[in-house]
Amino acid sequence: MEKSEFVYVTYIRTTPEKLWQALTDVKFMKQYWFGVQCHCDWKAGSSWKLVYDDGRVADIGEVVEVDPPRRLVIKWRNEWKPELKAEGHSRCTFDLEPWTGAVKLTVTHVIDRAQSKFIEAVSGGWPKVLSNLKSLLESGTVALTEMYKSNDARTQGGQAAGS
Amino acid sequence: MCGVMDAVFKALADESRRKLLDQLHKSNGQTLGELCEHLDMTRQAVTKHLLLLEAANLVAVVWRGREKLHYLNPVPLQEIYGRWVEKYERHRLRALGDLKKGLEQNQPNQKKG
Repeated sequence: MEKSEFVYVTYIRTTPEKLWQALTDVKFMKQYWFGVQCHCDWKAGSSWKLVYDDGRVADIGEVVEVDPPRRLVIKWRNEWKPELKAEGHSRCTFDLEPWTGAVKLTVTHVIDRAQSKFIEAVSGGWPKVLSNLKSLLESGTVALTEMYKSNDARTQGGQAAGS
Repeated sequence: MCGVMDAVFKALADESRRKLLDQLHKSNGQTLGELCEHLDMTRQAVTKHLLLLEAANLVAVVWRGREKLHYLNPVPLQEIYGRWVEKYERHRLRALGDLKKGLEQNQPNQKKG
């Protein structure tokens, strides 16, 4: 089947438990996710949502798999850009593996269509979000406070992970 | 994590390895065989370069059955950007902001004078 896929890997000096908490504590998430609020209770089958400060919904989806502190899978669809929404659901997997004094975090984002605009859009944001997450866990501060250089982050196409 | 950044710069300091990254940027998730098709290098040379890129975390490897797929991992590049580009740009932008503020604040005085 045709698909578009990105794989991101970062090694973070922390424990799988702390990283898991950082990935699922919605208050903590907001710090490295450029102020976007996540709504989710992290149970398989539960709804999942990313919401901008002004209340607009960026992305919606569903928790597919929760296996703390190893694996989290989210069914994910963009909600506010019609052409991205039209592409339907993507699948985002977080894999955590202990790695000599650190944790290897692999984020795989895939959609079942070739040349996906959605995957292209999130590919700009994931490195920033993950780099921020790494800085926050290792040094207590985020590296970036804005996703884009200009103020009109949203006109560039999207949600937290950067679509 | 000084050693990590050293590995990234070392990995980038080679034209063949930069070409490999470009190749993955064009089409992500390629096997060794697919990567070799587009490059004028022996399979052994490509393997060696890929190992260095993997060690620098610029290439992420995913096994699909017996296939080893290579993905461009831009996270270390983001860290370089954050440290060597964004940080300095921010200062320049702040300097411009201060200049603008200063000029705008001076305007009424100039009119008075």
